[in-house]
Amino acid sequence: MLKTLRAAVGAALIVGAASSAHAANISGAGATFPAPVYAKWAESYKGQTGNSLNYQAIGSGGGIKQINAKTVDFGASDKPLKPDDLADAGLVQFPTVIGGVVPVVNLPGFKSGQIKLTGAQIADIYRGVIKKWNDPLLAKTNAGVNLPNLPITVVHRSDGSGTSFLFTSYLSMKAPRWAAQVGANDAVQWPTGIGGKGNDGVAAFVRQTPGSIGYVEYAYAKQNGLTYTLLQNKAGKFVSPDDKNFAAAAAGAKWASAPGFYLLLLDQPPPEAWPITGATFILMHAKQADAAKGREVLKFFDWAYKNGDAAAAQLDYVPLPATVKDLVRKSAWGKVTGPDGKPVAR
Amino acid sequence: MTDAAINLAPKRRVQPRGALVAKFFEWICFAAATALLATLGGLLISLFIGGWPAFSKFGFGFFTSTAWNPVTDVYGAAGPIVGTLVTSAIALALSLPVAGGVAFFLVELCPAKLRRPIGTAVELLAGIPSIVYGMWGLFVFAPIFAKYVQMPLMMAAKPGSLLEKLTTGIPNGSGILSASIILAIMILPFMAATLRELLLAVPAAVRESAYGLGATTAEVVTTVTLPYVRAGAIGAVMLGLGRALGETMAVTFIIGNAHGFPSSLFDSGSTIASTIANEFTEASSPEHAGALLALGFVLFIITFAVLALARLMLRKQEIRL
Repeated sequence: MLKTLRAAVGAALIVGAASSAHAANISGAGATFPAPVYAKWAESYKGQTGNSLNYQAIGSGGGIKQINAKTVDFGASDKPLKPDDLADAGLVQFPTVIGGVVPVVNLPGFKSGQIKLTGAQIADIYRGVIKKWNDPLLAKTNAGVNLPNLPITVVHRSDGSGTSFLFTSYLSMKAPRWAAQVGANDAVQWPTGIGGKGNDGVAAFVRQTPGSIGYVEYAYAKQNGLTYTLLQNKAGKFVSPDDKNFAAAAAGAKWASAPGFYLLLLDQPPPEAWPITGATFILMHAKQADAAKGREVLKFFDWAYKNGDAAAAQLDYVPLPATVKDLVRKSAWGKVTGPDGKPVAR
Repeated sequence: MTDAAINLAPKRRVQPRGALVAKFFEWICFAAATALLATLGGLLISLFIGGWPAFSKFGFGFFTSTAWNPVTDVYGAAGPIVGTLVTSAIALALSLPVAGGVAFFLVELCPAKLRRPIGTAVELLAGIPSIVYGMWGLFVFAPIFAKYVQMPLMMAAKPGSLLEKLTTGIPNGSGILSASIILAIMILPFMAATLRELLLAVPAAVRESAYGLGATTAEVVTTVTLPYVRAGAIGAVMLGLGRALGETMAVTFIIGNAHGFPSSLFDSGSTIASTIANEFTEASSPEHAGALLALGFVLFIITFAVLALARLMLRKQEIRL
């Protein structure tokens, strides 16, 4: 009995020593929204370079906590940190890919793109002020469309999410009453409606409830063929959600004058721009304890910027414009230094 | 060499074979038991410490307020606490008669051929993961429930009647009652299995005497076996309740996730567990994370109280046996 026990303990020690012997991989944690594309990139990157990346999709809040606790090499967040918070935590932030939030509806007999909405109208619907689809306030932008006398059921995300953050930030921007009464966050006190867990939860409630309106990520709306609405942008045009219009929003943004890349791509001026567009972000410590580790992380994202656009587009994300990538390389990556204060990027 | 062996012999006799092993075994068992206790205590303490930002900031108002606003960082747990208690209570009320029926049927009435398939089916129900119940509830149960239960009830309700008050809501199959029904299905196998064990523990002589006196099955159940296992049955119910209180994913999918007090059976609500599951990943401010950990602490206390009550009642039953 004792002998077997001793053997078992010995074996356990040997296994433990072996597994801690090689561990030079980079690790990251955070937002769930970009997790599929990070996983795809990591797979191709490993195939080409042999280096591996371990990304845990634990949510943006978790990503911020983990990078602050230095348990991971980089954090990921859908919600950019404000420049002051970045400076306080000693972090550097840069965007990777772009996505959009799309209003979806369930109106029997209506197809995608037949209904036109403005940000102010959506805010009134989500505040519970516009209660029926045939409300005169909605008829204003839908002349000639016979909107039904159907109560509106509001569907929102029940879980804290970057999608909700973009959506409520947009409503706060377009409707002062929303900003005062509800505000913008990844979870808010919703004045009305029901909450579904995740994009699939929201989509299920919208599908099952005639007269409902919800919001989901673009990739999800596209892959599931949900009925979306057109949205009025800053230029006054009603645009449909597609890759081209997200890219237009990203291209028109003034990244160069945004300290720490704190920029929401909401309500951008180009005539094609989709108004609820946003990037997802990576967070790294400006001062890396291990210069080689920091270099590996930057190498991965440099590789992704160069080779990852096709994979991103395939998964219905929008790649960053080339000018933005160059700007990130110059201004953000230069700030990442080793213990000696020298930039780790070469 | 041989001398040494002879010298060692008496020593061996003093320490019998396996003494060291026995000591080691005792020590391992003791360590396992204390580790469990320490883990439990540590969990409770760390939940309280984690929840302290919320307890200290909102005080007693944390338990009475229904505000839940992550933008202004103001939190009150009344909605989730009430939602947890209401859904668990309804689930129990729905589940108990069925569980009792299953147990009585299996013990008193069931032909031997059917006993095994029904028993296995009950055990299978217990083995289905919570998330599967949630998805089934959202995609299969909710549309059927909306069409055949919710809509007819809402249309049958006269304006101003109690029924109208109870049935206002969104007719898509989500809400308090739907969540309670899913919960009822989930706790059913636990209660049915425990009740069956209790009924089997009734001495055959007692039951047979009753039959011998000419009692029908119904009379045997109501006057002999049920009173015999009453206290234990309450314990079984409490075990089911304990599971219902902490159920997370299935409820999160279907309850509608609104933080206020639910005002009707079809209204959206939330439970403590669903609120934590929804918001913990993105809770970044100390108040928000603190409020969620404080909710966890409250749930721990509620569940602990229920289980303690169950143990107490089960012990009474053992004494009677």
